[in-house]
Amino acid sequence: MKNILIKPSKEHLSNFVSLGGFLIFIGFFDVLANTFLDLNLTGFLPSKLSYLAPLIIGTIGLYFIRIEFSGNKLLDKINTNFNSSNLNAVLTLIVIFSLIKYIPPLLNWFIFDANFAGNVKEDCTGDGACWVFVKVWFNRFVYGMYPDAEQWRINSAFIMLFALVGASFFVPLKFKKYLLIFLLFIYPIIGLKLISGGDFGLKYVETGAWGGLSLTFIVSAFALILCFPIGMFLALGRRSNLPAIRYTSIGFIELWRGVPLITVLFMSAVMFPMFLPDGTYVDKLIRVLIAITLFEAAYMAEVIRGGLQALPKGQYEAAKSLGMGYWRMHFLIILPQALKLVIPGIANTFLALVKDTPLIFVVGLLELAGMVNLAKTNPKWLGMAMEGYVFAGLVFWVICYAMSRYSQNLEKKLSTER
Amino acid sequence: MNFKNFKLDLSNKNKDLIPQILTVLLLVLVIIYFTINAQNNMGNRGISFGFGFLSQESSFDITFSLIDYDGSHSYAKAFLVGLLNTILVSAIGIFFATILGVTVGIGRLSQNYLIAKAAEWYVEIFRNIPLILQIFFWYFAALRALPLTVDSINFYDISFLNVKGWYVPKFVWTNFSIFFYSIIAAVISIIFVSKYAKKQRDEFGKQLPTFYISIGLLIGLPFLTFLIGGVSLSFQIPELNQLSKTVYVYRGGVSIIPELISLALALSMYTATFIAENVRAGILGVNKGQKEAAASIGLTKGQILKLVVMPQALRIIIPPTTNQYLNLTKNSSLAAAIAYPDIVLVFAGTALMQTGRAIEIISITMLTYLSLSLSISVFMNWYNKKMAIKEK
Repeated sequence: MKNILIKPSKEHLSNFVSLGGFLIFIGFFDVLANTFLDLNLTGFLPSKLSYLAPLIIGTIGLYFIRIEFSGNKLLDKINTNFNSSNLNAVLTLIVIFSLIKYIPPLLNWFIFDANFAGNVKEDCTGDGACWVFVKVWFNRFVYGMYPDAEQWRINSAFIMLFALVGASFFVPLKFKKYLLIFLLFIYPIIGLKLISGGDFGLKYVETGAWGGLSLTFIVSAFALILCFPIGMFLALGRRSNLPAIRYTSIGFIELWRGVPLITVLFMSAVMFPMFLPDGTYVDKLIRVLIAITLFEAAYMAEVIRGGLQALPKGQYEAAKSLGMGYWRMHFLIILPQALKLVIPGIANTFLALVKDTPLIFVVGLLELAGMVNLAKTNPKWLGMAMEGYVFAGLVFWVICYAMSRYSQNLEKKLSTER
Repeated sequence: MNFKNFKLDLSNKNKDLIPQILTVLLLVLVIIYFTINAQNNMGNRGISFGFGFLSQESSFDITFSLIDYDGSHSYAKAFLVGLLNTILVSAIGIFFATILGVTVGIGRLSQNYLIAKAAEWYVEIFRNIPLILQIFFWYFAALRALPLTVDSINFYDISFLNVKGWYVPKFVWTNFSIFFYSIIAAVISIIFVSKYAKKQRDEFGKQLPTFYISIGLLIGLPFLTFLIGGVSLSFQIPELNQLSKTVYVYRGGVSIIPELISLALALSMYTATFIAENVRAGILGVNKGQKEAAASIGLTKGQILKLVVMPQALRIIIPPTTNQYLNLTKNSSLAAAIAYPDIVLVFAGTALMQTGRAIEIISITMLTYLSLSLSISVFMNWYNKKMAIKEK
């Protein structure tokens, strides 16, 4: 096979490179002309061949410039990274060509043909996205049905949270402990009271009106804070020597891990009230929080158990030989090390938790995705599903991507310290 | 009694016993409390606990069913329809997620910079968007943009895609059972052949072309049934019918509803990102020295991959991937959000609304998923034990 084809060699380097470069140029020119000028240069060929022509020409071109150790740094770099074999050449061209073909229309839809100005659907005259929809509904997407006049309460609760978290990075170590205790045990009560109201002259806002992105944050933050200690105790329970505690923990963990979250939420909505005395009413949001917390705690327990198992036995023995009891041993020696080991796993569980929050729509609570669903069925804004979901997807993506990046950094930082 | 010498016996045994007794007591008390409340509540509503309702007539229709079903069938049958729909979408999702995930996972390790980057961005994008949003996107935004029935997208005149769904040819079998048995027979004979081949290799060092023999058996035996077994297969191609001036409908063939398409798409694209990461980790986890050692004893590239790299990579890949399959199956319950009639929508949704039997229905639904999960984790433990490195 190779004898039939012209074998590119180093002796005729410039000839081969210019021939290959010319062919690649033709391939690219064909695609560019096709995309931007609506010109089909290879129109005289049968339709399928014409479609594949730039790919074939480009591949042949890349074959000609595939010369090992050519002495030209740029050429060598291209060959090793994009053009190491015929298959790679084809794949490279497919990726580049599809980028040329699909990125411009996507950008047009997103930005150049999109509509930003206006307040009603009729203002959207261009072919692109109608961001007016997102603009008009933005308030609802963030705050749900929360009354406009009271939204400062949500804002201040979140500003307080960010200020506290920010402060915990800077205050001296001595106060850090108290700040954390405040953040974990007292702040949730203050924040919840501030948002729900009812006392101190604040108007009561029922949880059905909460919604949008702020509800996403509220649900994930609470479940996140609560599921951690429960998961820790479940993990310890599962590794306990006492059979009754061990089997209870195993049963609890496996029960939650074995069922989908949506059935757990269904359970909290329709089955849980049956188990309470007649007439007791537990708020919808509280029920959902309990359900999500227990569900995520089971996953958290398995992650933490992984860390506990990975610790060498000597750590336990050393702690015991110092005369430490069970609790002191675990809280001072074992858990700090075990948790450090499983930071990626914990971060993944938190990520899963954030991504699971939209499911609360099954009980009628509408966070960001649910609000988009509601907005797109509004008779004045029909046909705006794409914009809504793209917006919600972007918001979630930014949150989750930032979290996963942060956890990767944290992991790196902690691993170098060891 | 001499109280001076009395001391509470806190020897190790009792110290261990107290928390255990407390746990069990608490558990029992909670269960009793819940049971009493549930009994009272059900008594107030005039219903009693029991599963008798399963044999009652369901009197609701299900839009998509693999088996014969209508409103005159029982709730138990409706449950079965939902279960089969769940299994169907999970199986489709697992199939495509595996193909896509393995491709992307290998792509991430490609020498080609563009391919590696493209695979990486695929993973980063689809892993970080909630699955439910992806399902909504495909169902409410992407598939709604498809053309109407009249201007369906035409695939070579045998298959049509439009906003109502995807119409594909229907397989019309005669004597399907004979065909089915022939496949089973082929699988059994392949097992025997590979056992024989292993024996030959171990005892005489002979390599049999097991792969080609297996392929031959798998194609040849079913093909034989066409020639002599009286099996035949024809295709019923969907046809466009005009009902009135503006109403068109496809008749014949199989229609795949958009709910199923969007659910399967979202599930497989989402799960593929996790499988891709598993595959990547698995291949990276095989020591380079293993490949070099295999090459130095003269194995060919294909043999290295098949006999040295893959068995070790699979040991790392399979356990987390099984977990992902399980997650996919559980995630298929999100079907309820777009009204794909899976077990949650049919049983925990419609059937519960009609009967009001919250406890029974939710328990059955959860138990179904639970038994699925537990059986897979039992299999996983068995597999891990079998595959664990046996050190001498």
